[in-house]
Amino acid sequence: MTRSLLERLIERLLFLSAALSILVTAGIIAVLMVETLAFLREVPILEFLFGTVWTPLFADQHFGVLPLVAGTVVVSTIAMAVALPGGLLVAIYLSEYARPGVRRALKPVLEILAGVPTVVYGYFALLFVTPILQRFIPGLSGFNALGPGIVMGIMILPLVSSLSEDALGSVPNGLREGAFALGATRLQTSLLVVVPAAFSGISAAAILSVSRAIGETMIVAIAAGQQPRLTANPLVPIETMTAYIVQVSLGDTPAGTLEYRTIFAVGMLLFLATFVLNLVSHWLRERFREEYA
Amino acid sequence: MSRHLLDRAFAILGLLGLLAALAALAALLADIMVDGVPRLSWQFLTSYPSRRASSAGVYPALIGSLYVIGLTALMAVPVGVAAAVYLEEYGAKGRLGRIIEINIANLAGVPSIVYGLLGLGLFVRAMSLGRSVVAGAATLALLALPVVILSTREALRAVPKSLREGSYALGATKWQTTQYQVLPAAIPGILTGVILALSRAIGETAPLITIGALTYVPFAPDSIWSPFTVLPIQIFNWVSRPQAGFAANAAAGILVLLVLLVAMNSTAVVIRDRLQRRRLS
Amino acid sequence: MTAVKIAAEQVNFFYGAKRALQDITVAIRPHVVTAFIGPSGCGKSTFLRTLNRMNDLIPETRLEGAIRIDGQDIYATSVDVVALRRRVGMVFQKSNPFPKSIFENVAYGLKINRLANGRSDLADRVEESLKAAAIWDEVKDRLHEPALSLSGGQQQRLCIARALAIKPDILLMDEPASALDPIATQRIEELIYQLKDQYTIVIVTHNMQQAARVSDFTAFFWLGRLVEFDETRKIFTAPAEKLTEDYVTGRFG
Repeated sequence: MTRSLLERLIERLLFLSAALSILVTAGIIAVLMVETLAFLREVPILEFLFGTVWTPLFADQHFGVLPLVAGTVVVSTIAMAVALPGGLLVAIYLSEYARPGVRRALKPVLEILAGVPTVVYGYFALLFVTPILQRFIPGLSGFNALGPGIVMGIMILPLVSSLSEDALGSVPNGLREGAFALGATRLQTSLLVVVPAAFSGISAAAILSVSRAIGETMIVAIAAGQQPRLTANPLVPIETMTAYIVQVSLGDTPAGTLEYRTIFAVGMLLFLATFVLNLVSHWLRERFREEYA
Repeated sequence: MSRHLLDRAFAILGLLGLLAALAALAALLADIMVDGVPRLSWQFLTSYPSRRASSAGVYPALIGSLYVIGLTALMAVPVGVAAAVYLEEYGAKGRLGRIIEINIANLAGVPSIVYGLLGLGLFVRAMSLGRSVVAGAATLALLALPVVILSTREALRAVPKSLREGSYALGATKWQTTQYQVLPAAIPGILTGVILALSRAIGETAPLITIGALTYVPFAPDSIWSPFTVLPIQIFNWVSRPQAGFAANAAAGILVLLVLLVAMNSTAVVIRDRLQRRRLS
Repeated sequence: MTAVKIAAEQVNFFYGAKRALQDITVAIRPHVVTAFIGPSGCGKSTFLRTLNRMNDLIPETRLEGAIRIDGQDIYATSVDVVALRRRVGMVFQKSNPFPKSIFENVAYGLKINRLANGRSDLADRVEESLKAAAIWDEVKDRLHEPALSLSGGQQQRLCIARALAIKPDILLMDEPASALDPIATQRIEELIYQLKDQYTIVIVTHNMQQAARVSDFTAFFWLGRLVEFDETRKIFTAPAEKLTEDYVTGRFG
């Protein structure tokens, strides 16, 4: 029975590979947890979560994370303002209007857009988009939230469009035919029948995109600045949570210091936020799939 | 007639939206070409970084990227494919299976910089691998793993059931069926997914900065224990400098990175086409 | 008492909560051709696939009752399913050659079951199987070409050769000619006729003329039940059940 022994051995090995993914998650949580708890022993959690000044690298240290959260929210909001309408428009066009040939020709372009390394987008935001914006918006700083936000929106647009297109595509044709049979135009059918039917799928796409936006690092690290400030003004330099982690990592902050631990505390916040968003998105997608299974 | 007009208007709006995305891509490429092409030269590819922009080059970063991505592939591909085979062919049963599935979907959405923090805490500190190529590759391997798993599963799912049945009906075991029939049939798809994952990994900057990869490396790595830098970090370093000369270097560095990406992707396309042709003709 | 190769006793089969087979009891004799007929969805293919436990591959299926081959319960916990499938070969409705060469298709079963001693023995056995499946003359000069380059009928005979190579005692055929033209169908039917001396053959078909032509015994399935099982001659000329008569005379189905 050596054959069945071998079979069982291989199944074990394959299982271990699959189970490794659980260990990765456990590892992320463990690493973040250990350093965050050490951080919170010195900085009260309320001060961390609700403090409005973030200056861990200055002599006068303050550990209020809100400025970093504000920076993240401002940039992400701008990004979503570009990616959501743009992505949805593209998705509706590709799914409901475009001829198959047009779709085949244009989809790879979107895939390329999604495959460009983020450091390249950072370059684009800092040295191309912001200078152009400065011509129209006097007083726009060289580092700001607007330029990187717009570029991040362009980067995320393909994610929104491809996930939304999948959602629109899985709406049964019967619904469309029903609407057409009542004399509806393509626009009426799309907006009044197909999009609502795909709503949970599209929501899942939108939420996943938000998660991607708040976790995006290089664009903001390059083009948004390194000045944590509690503001909603997109025209001035700010700092996001991710950019802060990069800033500290670039320096020579020794392990074990409070400054070193700040990046794990900020990382924990980032992880929790994206984790919750991803779970919600996953749940919505599952629900959507069940509706049209 | 106005609702038909509206319909037409929307179609045009949709096309404009797409064209805007296209235009953004074109602007990005044009901007980088204009800035970078004049700087591209053999000297640029073979020189070490320097304080003077005009004599600096990408050699250590290029070699570092190749080292890191090669090692990343060695680590992520076998484990990722094995995990996908388990989930797709053996079917993780019950609760554990569901947890593993949700977990992988979630891992695919964890920001890359969080993987950097994991790498910093686990590989650099706990396992004392330091800021070495192997620590960087291990970090990127974990990052690439969910993508490899998800795309491999898709490739396996595309293998027709009749192929498996044909094999089982001849008294093949599960592993024999997987090894001799399912995996070979899925290879073109798996390859595409692997290249996708590695393309993403080779463009990653944040996690490697987080584990402490150096931004100024005057030597190429000579082993997996060497300190290293990679192209995206070199580009980031140059972008961050105020002098215009370094911006040109960054653009040229981006071109090198993009060429590398195009090369990887076209290799994958060629291999995939060849494999498919061999199987069908 | 007549010899019995396959005996099903009170077999019930479920896809999840849906019962697909209901109390099937039948005794199939060795070295004859037994045909399963009935309208689509009647359970004939499902029943066929219980005989080599192919249905095990479908999740959430369940079988009650017993199926014995040569007196041994093939659903007993001690049974090695892989060894069972080696004894009970199968040919599918849609020909499914592996995307490899003609030679490799036939050699596959021999290799994984370690049935050949060296290269020349392997080649001999491949040739023997291709001859047994009446396709040797058509492929002997192109053994290393892709199997997918063959015509539909040739592909199906290749699949038969592949099944014969590992020397099963039973051959299950699930509508083997349903996708083929009349000439290719005829060749398969002739082949079945030649093979029955050495194998116990069970064939599912939706084509009643085919059942009448190739089989010695016929089982008529309807809505998951076995309505009637008898010699083919009797089923087609003097069925005991009204339902059978209605079906074979084409009054429904």
